[in-house]
Formats: sequence, C-alpha cells, structure tokens
Amino acid sequence: MEYFIELLFSGLTRGSIYALIALGYTMVYGIIGLINFAHGEMYMIGAFTALIVSTVLSIYGLPLPAILILTALAAAVWAGAYGFTVERLAYRPLRNSPRLTPLISAIGMSIFLQNYVLLAQTSDFLPFPALIPEFAFLEPYAAIVGATDLAILVVSALVMIALTLGIKCTRLGKAMRATAQDRTMALLLGINVDRIISLTFVVGSALAAIGGLLIASHIGQINCFIGFIAGIKAFTAAVLGGIGSIPGAVLGSFVLGLTEAFATGYVASDYEDVFAFSLLVLILIFRPAGLLGKATVEKV
Amino acid sequence: MALLTRTDLRQALITGLWFMFLTFPLLVIKVDPVERTVLWRWANLCWVGGASCGISLAVRFWLAWGAARQERIRLGLAPTASGDPFRLLRQRRVALPLLAAFALFLLAFPALFSTYQINIMTTALMYVVLGLGLNIVVGVAGLLDLGYVAFYAVGAYSYGLLHLHFGLGFWTVLPIGGLLGALFGILLGFPVLRLRGDYLAIVTLGFGEIIRLILENWSAFSKGPSGIANIARPGLFGIELSLEAAIIYLYYLMIGMVLFTVFVVNRLQNSRIGRAWYALREDEVACQAMGIDKTRTKLTAFALGATWAGMAGVFFAAKTTFINPASFTFLESAIILCIVVLGGMGSIIGVVIAALILILLPEYLRAVADYRMLAFGALLVAMMMVRPQGIVATVRRTYTRNHLSR
Repeated sequence: MEYFIELLFSGLTRGSIYALIALGYTMVYGIIGLINFAHGEMYMIGAFTALIVSTVLSIYGLPLPAILILTALAAAVWAGAYGFTVERLAYRPLRNSPRLTPLISAIGMSIFLQNYVLLAQTSDFLPFPALIPEFAFLEPYAAIVGATDLAILVVSALVMIALTLGIKCTRLGKAMRATAQDRTMALLLGINVDRIISLTFVVGSALAAIGGLLIASHIGQINCFIGFIAGIKAFTAAVLGGIGSIPGAVLGSFVLGLTEAFATGYVASDYEDVFAFSLLVLILIFRPAGLLGKATVEKV
Repeated sequence: MALLTRTDLRQALITGLWFMFLTFPLLVIKVDPVERTVLWRWANLCWVGGASCGISLAVRFWLAWGAARQERIRLGLAPTASGDPFRLLRQRRVALPLLAAFALFLLAFPALFSTYQINIMTTALMYVVLGLGLNIVVGVAGLLDLGYVAFYAVGAYSYGLLHLHFGLGFWTVLPIGGLLGALFGILLGFPVLRLRGDYLAIVTLGFGEIIRLILENWSAFSKGPSGIANIARPGLFGIELSLEAAIIYLYYLMIGMVLFTVFVVNRLQNSRIGRAWYALREDEVACQAMGIDKTRTKLTAFALGATWAGMAGVFFAAKTTFINPASFTFLESAIILCIVVLGGMGSIIGVVIAALILILLPEYLRAVADYRMLAFGALLVAMMMVRPQGIVATVRRTYTRNHLSR
C-alpha cells in the first residue's frame, strides 16, 4: 500500500511537471497550429538559467528565500525572452508557408539551442542545488512524499489556476482566445495578433522554465539534452488531452505521469520512455483528437 | 549605404542590445556548482553584441537591396532575374561532361587518397543512399518521417544478429536487411495512415525512439548498449582481403549501391506510383478524388523508403564491424532530414550534393567540428527562410500533348 502511495505521488509530480510544459505546447498549437518543437529547450534553458543564477546568488551569500524567488524570476524572464526571440526569428517569417516548413524550422531551432547551451556551458551533467528546504511537518511521511514533491504539486497547481483565471477573465486572455478561434477575425476586430502570439510564446516558455526549475531541484542534476525527451513527453501529454485544449493538457499530463509511474513501478523500470511513446502512438491511432479535443472535419 | 535608413541603424542597435541581454546568463556566466566558483566571460558579451548587430544590419541591407532591385525591374530599368542558377546543369551538353568528370574522380578516389579518406567517402556515400531513401518518403510523398533512423538500425542489427547467431554473410543479409526494413516500414505505416503532417512527424519520432530504446534495454536480444562486435566485412568469392583492400572493396561496393539507388529512385519517380506520390504530397483529398488508393500509395512510400535504410544499415554494420544503439539516435534522423531538405525535396541530384557537403565538410573542417550541430540547426532554420525549395529545386515534370503521343 505504501508503495502504491509512493508511486501515486511520483506520478502526480511527473504529471504536474509535464502539465507545465504541455500548457506551452497546447497554447501555441491552439493559436498558430504549430508544434513548437523547440519548446522542450525552453524548459532546459530555464533549468540552466536557474542553476547559474542560484549558484551565483548563493556564492554572494543571499538568504535562501531570496535566492528561491530571484531564481524563479530569472528563469521565467530569460526563458520567456528566448521564447519571444525564437518566435520572431524562426516562426514569424514563415507564418503563411506550408505546414511542414515551420515544423522543420522548429526542429532546426531545437538542435541549435541544444548545441548553443552545450557550447556555452558544458555537455556534462551538472549538479543542481537543492533549492527547496525540507519541511518539518513532512518528517513522518518522508519515505512517501518529499518536500520537493509537495512544492512541485503546490506550485504547479497555483500556476495552472492563475493561468486559467488569466485566460478566462483578463482582456489579454480574451484576446488570446479570440486569436485562437479565428486569427483574421481577431485582426479585423483590432487585436494586435502578432503581439498576442508573441505573448503566448513568452507565457508558455516561462511556464516551461518554472517546470525546469522544479524538476531540476527534484532530480538534482541537469544537462543540455534534458529538453528533448521532456518536450516529447509533454507533447504526448498535450496530444493525449486533445491539443489546443488547456484543461485537456493538464488532464493528459496527469494520465501520462500516472501511467509512467505505475508502469515503471509494477511492470518494468527500464522501459519508462517506451511506455510514454507507446501511449502516444495508441492515442493517435484510436482517438486522434485526444481525450478532451474535438474532432475536426476538413472541408474541401 | 544609402539603402539603410536611420531607423535601420537604430533597429540593428536594439537587436544587438537585446541579444546581449538574452545570452547574458548562458554565455557570460559559467559556474561550477561543486567548487562554488564563478567565471565571468565578458568578452563573449561584446562578441554577441557586435555580431548580432552586424548580422541585423546585413540582413536589412540585403532586404533593402532586394526591394530596390524589384522596384527597378518593375520600372523596366533592369533585366528580369535570370531565375534558377542550376538551370544550366539540366542541359545535357553541360551535365554529361560534368557527370563524367565526377564519376572518373570517384572511381580514381582510392588511388589518390589514403584509407582514412576512403573511409570518410564511404560514409558520405552511405548518407547519399539514406538521403535518397528518405527523399522518397519526405520529398516525393510528402510524409515527414522523423524516425527514419529506426530502419537504418533494423538493417544494421539484422546483419549483426544474423551474422552472430547463424553466421550469415553480407551478401545473404543485404536483401534480407532491405526486406526487414520494408517490413518495419509497413509496420509503422499501418497505424499512421490516418495521420497527417505534424502528428505523423511526432509518431514516427516516437517509433524511432521506441526501436532504439528496445535495442538498448533488451540485452538478451540485442546485447544492449555494449553492442555487437566482430561483424564480418563483405566477402569477395571467398578471397581473403587485407584490411586496406577490404576498405577499398567496400568503397566500390558503396558506389555501386549509390548508382543502383539513383537508378531505381529515378525510375520510381517517373513511374505510375511516383506520380501518385507527387499527387499525394500536393493534395491528399484531390489525390483520392482522382481514384488513387491512398493506403497503398502511402504504404509503398514507407516500405520503399525503409528498404534503402535497411540496406544502408547492412552496409554500415559491414563497414564499422561494430554496432550499438548509440549510432541510431534522433540526431541521425535529423541529419538525414537535413540532407533531404537542403538538397531540395524530391530532387535526386540535390540530395547527392547535399549529402556530400554535409558529411564531408565537417570532416575536413576539424576546427569547427564542435560547431557542426549548431550550424546544422541554424542551416535548417535559414534554409526554410531563404530557400525552402532546397539547393536544387525540383522542376515539375510537364507533359505536353506531343510528349504523350510520342
């Protein structure tokens, strides 16, 4: 039973991280119909920025809470800036070209960013400092749920609630939804569509960076290739839930996280990624629109 | 300089400053979390600022120049653009001597260069075959396959395993590798028939990763990450070859393989099924409406594309005599895709040129070898912007009445 609960928590933690990344995928796909292949790199860049900033700050002897807040802020800001730049350079000029063109450009961008970090920093695994302190009240349950697990669950829940509210209630959220629904019409109604698309990339990248920061302090090490596999899995989660749908991305992430946790816990631990990919293939074959997505009919 | 306005200069300056901000944490600061030391690399910041400012100016100048030229053409002050720079190559008079010279060079290659160079050339030729195979799937049929390396792995492992367990030789396994590749192609093709565009890309990527992960983890079957060693080189009627002779022999085999591939792919493209692939690429719905069996057309594209990867895999195993799953990562798929995209989707000569450039250039520019993948990524993005049709754009084959009645 204890093993079951441990796996459950591990699945929920994975699920929240996937959700933070998957939200970026699904928002971008919802608005411009592009699989932002470089999105996983935003998560990696967020984790790297967090590592650098937190180490520098701790060397200069700042107190832990200040380090935590400044690190999260820096990771979100810089990942957001990278997201903005990538959109401007690699996607905006191609917005009206055939579908495969921006996808290939995105793959190129992903390879570029990975190797940029490899050259600028290192290809080795770097140890990530434990930013989240152990909580005293968790002491008796330490075997089942750690402080970082709890922090991941709480932070990602807060972020997701804020995002949902932001999209539902604010003017910008409304503009985003309008752009996703019909870009030309939104443009006619006086919405600055380019700015909204940029903003979507910034928000998505910042969310992924928060995910990167949380998972890096959970696992304790990072390198420049972590973005690829995490990106693919988050994409799987987004497709699972129905790409373009925000609640769908969250649901899909938790389904994927729990499936992975239980499958590796009870079936075979070596095949973690195989389970994720098989799930992706199965979903796309039997329910291409995902769990919460609407099937689209192509008109000729 | 008159083409650049003050706004352009200001914008370029802003671009430079933005990139300085953007790359600040990753390029300037380098921390050692264990030793708790920080290295500040301020020089990088200046480099980035200057370079991005300069590139921005250059791009702006180029755009302004292009616009001015267009304007002059419109006013009739300048002759219209000469068009495709490769048009000359298509004329038989120019193409044949060039081709003959190139063929002679390739044939004489082993006599002129060392074994090391021959080895590199063999690798490049292998990528030509891979590129031509993927070209069928991506370039001609328009199905973006990001897991192409899986079929390459299938070919390599079928030789490795069949040799290990049953002692089968290269020539026996070569067709088997191709067949197994085709089989896996159909295996992948079936479930993804209904998918299109980007979904297809992701599923094929997942498929490629699944194959690699299985090879890595199922040690009882594939010997896991340690791989299979001591694979036999190709035999020549039972004659014992020295190492050097074996390498040269493999090189000539590879040339034969490339010629065979070019011949078959060329015939395929102009066949009934080839035209069906082009139709599928251009518009799936219209293609179906014209009475083309979509299922069969897609499956043959996957199967025929995978066949070449399977055979190239057998060659790879025979060349390196050692295989392990690390040779079959997504990056490999990306390189092959890069060859197809750079060469010009659907163009055979383009793919050959691109494969030779992309594989040979990094080998001879050892100094920039570290930047190879960085350049690959940038190249993919830049190609999509500037010349999405590739180095050699395919000219659509047109059929006139005359042509048909001949």
